[in-house]
Amino acid sequence: MAPVLQSSQPWVEKYRPKQVKDVAHQDEVVRVLTNTLETTNCPHMLFYGPPGTGKTTTALAIAHQLFGPELYKSRVLELNASDDRGINVVRTKIKDFAAVAVGSGQRQGGYPYPPYKIIILDEADSMTEDAQACWIIEPLASRCAKFRFKPLSEEIMTSRISYICKEEGLNLDAEALSTLSSISQGDLRRAITYLQGAARLYGSSISSKDLISVAGVIPVEVVEAHFSACRSGDFDVANKEVNNIIAEGYPVSLFLSQLFDLVVEAEDISDEQKARICKHFGEADKCLVDGADEYLQLLNVTSHVMRALCNMPEEFHYDT
Amino acid sequence: MLWVDKYRPKTLDQAIVHQDIAQNLKKLVTEQDCPHLLFYGPSGSGKKTLIIALLRQVFGPGAEKVKVENRTWKVDAGSRTIDLELTTLSSANHVELSPSDVGFQDRYIVQEIIKEMAKNRPIDTKGKRGYKVLVLNEVDKLSREAQHSLRRTMEKYSASCRLILCCNSSSKVTEAIRSRCLNVRINAPTEEEVFNFVIIKVLEFIGKKEGLQLPSGFAARIAEKSNRSLRRAILSFETCRVQQYPFTSNQVIPPMDWEEYVAEIASDIMKEQSPKRLFQVRGKLYELLINCIPPEIVLKRLLYELLKRLDVELKHEICHWAAYYEHRMRLGQKAIFHLEVHEHLQGFPHHDIWMKIRQAPEMP
Ligand SMILES: Nc1ncnc2c1ncn2[C@@H]1O[C@H](COP(=O)(O)OP(=O)(O)OP(=O)(O)O)[C@@H](O)[C@H]1O
Ligand SMILES: Nc1ncnc2c1ncn2[C@@H]1O[C@H](COP(=O)(O)OP(=O)(O)O)[C@@H](O)[C@H]1O
Ligand SMILES: [Mg+2]
Ligand SMILES: [Mg+2]
Repeated sequence: MAPVLQSSQPWVEKYRPKQVKDVAHQDEVVRVLTNTLETTNCPHMLFYGPPGTGKTTTALAIAHQLFGPELYKSRVLELNASDDRGINVVRTKIKDFAAVAVGSGQRQGGYPYPPYKIIILDEADSMTEDAQACWIIEPLASRCAKFRFKPLSEEIMTSRISYICKEEGLNLDAEALSTLSSISQGDLRRAITYLQGAARLYGSSISSKDLISVAGVIPVEVVEAHFSACRSGDFDVANKEVNNIIAEGYPVSLFLSQLFDLVVEAEDISDEQKARICKHFGEADKCLVDGADEYLQLLNVTSHVMRALCNMPEEFHYDT
Repeated sequence: MLWVDKYRPKTLDQAIVHQDIAQNLKKLVTEQDCPHLLFYGPSGSGKKTLIIALLRQVFGPGAEKVKVENRTWKVDAGSRTIDLELTTLSSANHVELSPSDVGFQDRYIVQEIIKEMAKNRPIDTKGKRGYKVLVLNEVDKLSREAQHSLRRTMEKYSASCRLILCCNSSSKVTEAIRSRCLNVRINAPTEEEVFNFVIIKVLEFIGKKEGLQLPSGFAARIAEKSNRSLRRAILSFETCRVQQYPFTSNQVIPPMDWEEYVAEIASDIMKEQSPKRLFQVRGKLYELLINCIPPEIVLKRLLYELLKRLDVELKHEICHWAAYYEHRMRLGQKAIFHLEVHEHLQGFPHHDIWMKIRQAPEMP
């Protein structure tokens, strides 16, 4: 393979913290692991939480800090969903790996070298989808200290982004910074990718508007047009809006969450109507996760919203 | 070669539609460190075209020298070995494939083949790029397991391998995958654009290249019937050319056969609800499915036709059931079964909805 230039890494990888102390916002796990680095005592741990919050980063960082580049290969086994070829394969790999004895712990070259090995079962969630794997993962999980990785707060996000801006020579004003933090919804990976996209498209001075366009946020007018079509009570008008949204390619799950905010904030809708509407948002969301068709789900929600807003009866004539 | 392929713009600068996006893509790849990309938007909106042009922008004309191969891989699935067959399209610098084509075994494609390609496929050292590209089509059709399996591969080998993912509905792509890409939305031309510029511009461009005379308003009529799909507009333009040339401004623009057929089914349902009619309708539905029209497309078209014919109250009800049964169809595997149930609903003599449909006046 040709030598890979450092600069050919996307920013998300370039700015992946190499040390546990640089992992932002996950104080509890950082505290435990900082302790590990001193005492070399490492409990079994299970990290869980939404995408882009530092789970993989933390696991890789602690493994690297304990063993350094030389011992890493022999002491750390990284398994992830891309290796998950039936539980037998996983089991064999783990057995083989565990079978080779390790020497006694001896601090060398600045690394603690503790006398154990680390297995990183990244993305273990997908392994549990395999019924057989459950038998292994479940008892494992019950022995782990569990750490929930929280979505990053806007302040933390802002400070990490500011750091990257400094490194890359970018200029973001306060508004742009706060926009980036809020549209990324606690997912730092997304924030970094948006930032890089915006930097390439708009140069080193990046505005809030630039970031919104890179992030593909659905314009408020689109959501409002749909909402007022629902208020009109005219099915065909609303259906036309739905068709527009689909042709524009807006992700329906995103659209629904933006519409949801609009409904919740609307002052002229009764709580009863809101409750009636919200129920259908939840259902549609679940169906979309199952892979249901976006147009049909959106049209159905639209119809229910309209019926609630216009006080049409909730029940159909025919019900299952 | 069909016009849709023949007149596909080859470079980002030649794009007639989505010029702004094309220019942005150009800027995006000026440096070596471009993130993974996820293109999404309705079918026929121009995603593939932009992806091909982008590859050319990144790798130069070499990206056009592609080889199509039908390949078989033997994959060790723990207890047994399975054969996976897939068509790949590759140049010295990139490989394109549709992993969902192998159906429920798609995760093996991701775990074995894609991972291997990301990890080991050599980078063309003559090229000035430090990375190769994998183009994955229809990622919204990938199973959850397959999508999960892609996550770490996208990170681990990202220094030497970029992914370009392409799909219609990005809601079906997991949050974790979307979080790993810069998402690029390719919309179908908006309503006004259809009538005023975009599609017409493309048709006139092709007409000029083919040396055709276009009567005034002709391109606009095709655009109007295109469902906002560029591909469809170009296809029907070519069909018109075959059917009658010189064009006349009121020349018939042929609809798609299967759409005609669904319209017929809708009329059948409206006219009479009897066991006999139900049987006929079922036969017609089977025929559509046998001809590989995807069941959700049939269902949506049927809904479209029925909505034209029903009174207001039933419109709400029927879109509820369409959503309900399509979702059921996703969970189960038997498409025809659920289409039938949907159908059944219209025709089942004991339901109110049937009475309503019978009373509904048919549109002229
Ligand atoms: N807490 C954090 N502190 C600093 N950087 C972070 C943090 N969380 C995420 N990042 C940034 O986001 C990128 C992705 O993070 P990481 O791979 O750890 O996510 P993850 O939690 O494993 O997500 P997934 O569930 O999608 O695998 C990192 O490379 C890093 O740039
Ligand atoms: N930017 C464009 N400019 C001009 N013609 C285009 C453009 N994009 C697409 N087309 C035409 O429309 C057809 C369909 O586009 P395609 O890229 O295959 O759509 P998708 O991949 O979104 O389904 C192409 O074959 C091409 O002829
Ligand atoms: Mg991870
Ligand atoms: Mg396509």
